Amino acid sequence: MTTEKFWRTLDEYENFEEFQKSLQDEFRPGTVTQPGVLDRREFLSLMSASLALAGLTSCAPSVPEKIVPYVRAPEEIVPGKPLFFATAFPLGGYGLGILAESHMGRPTKIEGNPDHPASLGATDAFAQASVLSLYDPDRSKAITEGGSITTWDAFITTLAMELEPKRLNKGEGLRILTETVTSPTLASQLKQILEQFPSARWHQYEPVNSDSARTASQMAFGRHVDARYHFDKADVILSLDADFLLTMPGHVRHAREFTSRRRAKPGENGMNRLYVVESTPSTTGAVADHRRAARPSEIYQIASQIHEAATSDPWIDALIRDLQTSRGKSIVIAGPQQPPEVHLIVQGLNEKLGNVGQTVEYIEPVEPNAVDQIESLRELVRDMQAGAVDSLVIVGGNPVYTAPVDLEFSKGLANVRLRAHLSLYEDETSEMCHWHVPETHFLESWGDIRSDDGTTTIMQPLINPLYAGKSAYEVLSSVLGQPTRTTYEILREEWGKGQNKEDFEKAWRKSVHDGVVKEQGSRNANVRFREAPKSEIRNANSEFEIVFRPDPTVFDGRFANNGWLQELPKPLSKLVWDNAALVSPASAERLGVINNDVIEIKSEGRAIRAPVWISPGHADNCVTLFLGYGRTRGGTLASNRGYNAYSLRTSTSPWIAQNAEVRKSGERYTLVSTQEHHSMENRGLVRRASVTEYAERPDFVEVEAETPPRSLTLYPEYPPEENAWGMAIDLSTCIGCNACVVACQAENNIPVVGKIEAGRSREMHWLRIDRYYQGDLHAPEMFFQPVMCMHCEKAPCEPVCPVAATTHSNEGLNEMTYNRCVGTRYCSNNCPYKVRRFNFFDFHSNEGPSMALLYNPDVTVRSRGVMEKCTYCVQRINHARIDAKKEDRAIRDGEVVTACQAACPADAIVFGNIADAESRVSKIKAEPRNYGLLTDLNTRPRTTYLGKLTNPNPEVKKA
Amino acid sequence: MAQIFHRSTNTLSRVSIFGAVFIVAALATVVSVVIRSPYFTEARVVRVQPVPFSHKHHVSGIGIDCRYCHTSVEESNFAGIPPTKTCMNCHSQVWADSPTLEPVRASFREDRSLEWTRVNDLPDFVYFDHSIHVRRGVSCTTCHGPVDQMPMTWRENTLFMEWCLQCHRHPERYLNVRGQHIESPRKLTNCSVCHR
Repeated sequence: MTTEKFWRTLDEYENFEEFQKSLQDEFRPGTVTQPGVLDRREFLSLMSASLALAGLTSCAPSVPEKIVPYVRAPEEIVPGKPLFFATAFPLGGYGLGILAESHMGRPTKIEGNPDHPASLGATDAFAQASVLSLYDPDRSKAITEGGSITTWDAFITTLAMELEPKRLNKGEGLRILTETVTSPTLASQLKQILEQFPSARWHQYEPVNSDSARTASQMAFGRHVDARYHFDKADVILSLDADFLLTMPGHVRHAREFTSRRRAKPGENGMNRLYVVESTPSTTGAVADHRRAARPSEIYQIASQIHEAATSDPWIDALIRDLQTSRGKSIVIAGPQQPPEVHLIVQGLNEKLGNVGQTVEYIEPVEPNAVDQIESLRELVRDMQAGAVDSLVIVGGNPVYTAPVDLEFSKGLANVRLRAHLSLYEDETSEMCHWHVPETHFLESWGDIRSDDGTTTIMQPLINPLYAGKSAYEVLSSVLGQPTRTTYEILREEWGKGQNKEDFEKAWRKSVHDGVVKEQGSRNANVRFREAPKSEIRNANSEFEIVFRPDPTVFDGRFANNGWLQELPKPLSKLVWDNAALVSPASAERLGVINNDVIEIKSEGRAIRAPVWISPGHADNCVTLFLGYGRTRGGTLASNRGYNAYSLRTSTSPWIAQNAEVRKSGERYTLVSTQEHHSMENRGLVRRASVTEYAERPDFVEVEAETPPRSLTLYPEYPPEENAWGMAIDLSTCIGCNACVVACQAENNIPVVGKIEAGRSREMHWLRIDRYYQGDLHAPEMFFQPVMCMHCEKAPCEPVCPVAATTHSNEGLNEMTYNRCVGTRYCSNNCPYKVRRFNFFDFHSNEGPSMALLYNPDVTVRSRGVMEKCTYCVQRINHARIDAKKEDRAIRDGEVVTACQAACPADAIVFGNIADAESRVSKIKAEPRNYGLLTDLNTRPRTTYLGKLTNPNPEVKKA
Repeated sequence: MAQIFHRSTNTLSRVSIFGAVFIVAALATVVSVVIRSPYFTEARVVRVQPVPFSHKHHVSGIGIDCRYCHTSVEESNFAGIPPTKTCMNCHSQVWADSPTLEPVRASFREDRSLEWTRVNDLPDFVYFDHSIHVRRGVSCTTCHGPVDQMPMTWRENTLFMEWCLQCHRHPERYLNVRGQHIESPRKLTNCSVCHR
């Protein structure tokens, strides 16, 4: 297994020797900024001045702090103790149940809600980062009319004057445009609006929607139904371009269910097997047992070959046999970006394989009014252009930026006499509208929302609106002529309908407390599948195809001003702060481009320029463009960054465009990918085996020349203690989703450094996820490996610190004491895992006052010149220890949960006491596939990994 | 060529080299004395408060328990500063017209918090937890001094790390234990116990 070559970048793959040599350099080229030339005199005068000034600062008397107690203390708040409130994080109309942590009224951190079926206690990177958006200083702060600040009263007066005459003509010309609505209350309000104004229309549009699946279900079942998948019950899963682990609604639950079947003990095989056919490498593709890159048009061909069971391709043949032997225990799933034809085949396959009712359930639509959203928008634009719309209320969303380019939404919008827009930021749409109303963040307002399986959550606010924002409920209520009603009243009235007061009060309190409304899931839909008339899809003859994808970190652009998500490395390319056009190595060669070359992509007469990033495993002759960048407004971080893929995206081909022309433009651009940073020099870090190999050789993770005897050290052994903290990370279940990275950032007050500093390898993430490729450049296997401080028992960083700022605790923590650190960086140089991060600047200083509310009060905010790194969430350990000591007991197993572990949807990270043989982490570490990184250095890391297991089909020959 | 320096320079240089040791030592002594002086540490210096609250009167005079006002001392890291409501529990009846207490009544009337000046202020990189100290037998007066004798509140101790460590290194000297287990200093002197 040591002979396998794992590689991370193309440089490493192609130029192995040279790359190795470059590792010897202390600094990567470009990371050292040239100091200005300084002569001796200047140097001395500067030094003496700074010494004198440094001395002076210590003479300043300390400023007395104030303590400001309550006048009347609220009942629940104990100063210093956080409270948790159940609510839901909305994304694309669907809710993820969460528990929001509040410190003295400030929401600081998001955790999953274990009682919520879409969360099961875990979260994703978007939910983790949502708390940053709350305090974002770029959020819109005032109601504006034509760009000048005005009041809510002025807005509702204008709206009332506009709507008054419309009551006579039944609301002719009134239109409401919303994003996907699953909220029962919003739907009821919209229904009332349509009753008051029968000629008015309600349109829904969201750039990332499920139109294709809808159309297919209409064709197959005669009506809309939603599908719910049970990945825990499936032995064989075939994904046709479905990234069900990262971007599809329900992905957190999917990840938990899917990974529950990715563990195995030697000799037993309860593992599922995942086949993925996809164009763009995704996290789902990366964890597949068999992955095949295919152009979008080929995916349809492959799907129909599987359906007809007619193929000469041995790969597909083996897949078909595998599916057939797992009847009722398999899942075929198509991505929302696939055309309805593929969805139809998938529905037919699930029907044929007997999966419906077993692993696939059809449920009544979660949305109260599911529509074809692109059609809905097309209709709106047509009417706007015809001059049939005179007042348009846009509730959330940013259609000027996200609408398909061929509809010419903004041109139509200009014809509307009164345009009002509610949104979190002043964005491209706000600019085009007369009125802009700042929207409340979901942590600031009441609300209700449903998750992808239909579970309803009543969302509760944790803080008063920071900027006098208004909720969608209040804006719609103003349309209904009741502008003074609060969101709370609106919601209570809706939920109290037809219930007596006492029962309702009880049910309401319980629902709000639990974060789940009892018995509110979607009912199973009683539908019968009928073979739809076969529709042939146009054959693939085009030169280049374009694949559009929501960005894995900024999604459709809504998170573009969120620094945590901008700096979050994309799961596979590890790019930060930019989107790139992904192409395969073969296509890059054909185009004559390398990374950072700018290409011009032409489709249907429109063209954009985008920097290239070569993505091994990408399908040939197609290019992937990510949505969400190229914004012109919407905050300082969002604007003027990357290219705008929406400007090529049309309503007829929103996800896949054929016949694109791609050529090299000759320009260059600088993309920053963090995967070249912090190298551990390719020393057998990822170890893997198939389940059959594992049965034959359970100790496959053992490689030669490893783990010196315990006696081989000059340092004394530590005496045994009651608690010895350790962590185990299962590479089999890690899906590389990044939830842990953002959770760590939120928990530990980790700053954002920006693109330039990230380009100098100065990103501050304590936890990074290394991505490795293995094998063929064109169809590599992909591996994820989260790496943070290993808390070595014999830590190389400790003896080199001249000021004892990094020390060892008796419980085995490698501690970092910031107030002692003088910034020599010796520790970082001596760390073989490259997990220490240095504050080159006071990154927190220019964040603005609202961001100070975000900090976790239990963790020091570090300043310039200080080293930092993963602490195993020592603040959580200390709280658990104090609680345990107060009760005179030992810390229980599972009482300390680190932030990364809590967020992980795959349950891949387990933390606990390794001195207790009965603890969960000890049992996991006792598995034969447990190994440590670089143990030949005798560092004795406390964090260890479980070797990756795969479950390949023996019938599929290795290419 | 004439000599540049006068002969006396030899003596001068010898004296200054020899003297440097003492000058440096003297300076170091002065600095270490100054930084431990009340001028610098503000220990035992009375703070001006919006209301001249006397712990002496309330504690030894009337006999109110510390926890009547500092309610969260046994459950949280922060002992808690009483809300105005706590003051008004008595002072809506007792000394209800006293001009000294006008700020308290104003606070209650106008729903505006009183702003007390912090007396015991630890640096932001230190995480101190009252509840565990109280639970483990550190009495309030061990750190805060004879609060019941303070007409106006002052900080009794420097709150320097060397002061904390006196107890963390030798807990047996300071704890008010009743047959309880005393934690080993090895565990009490981990950096992460206080810094994180």
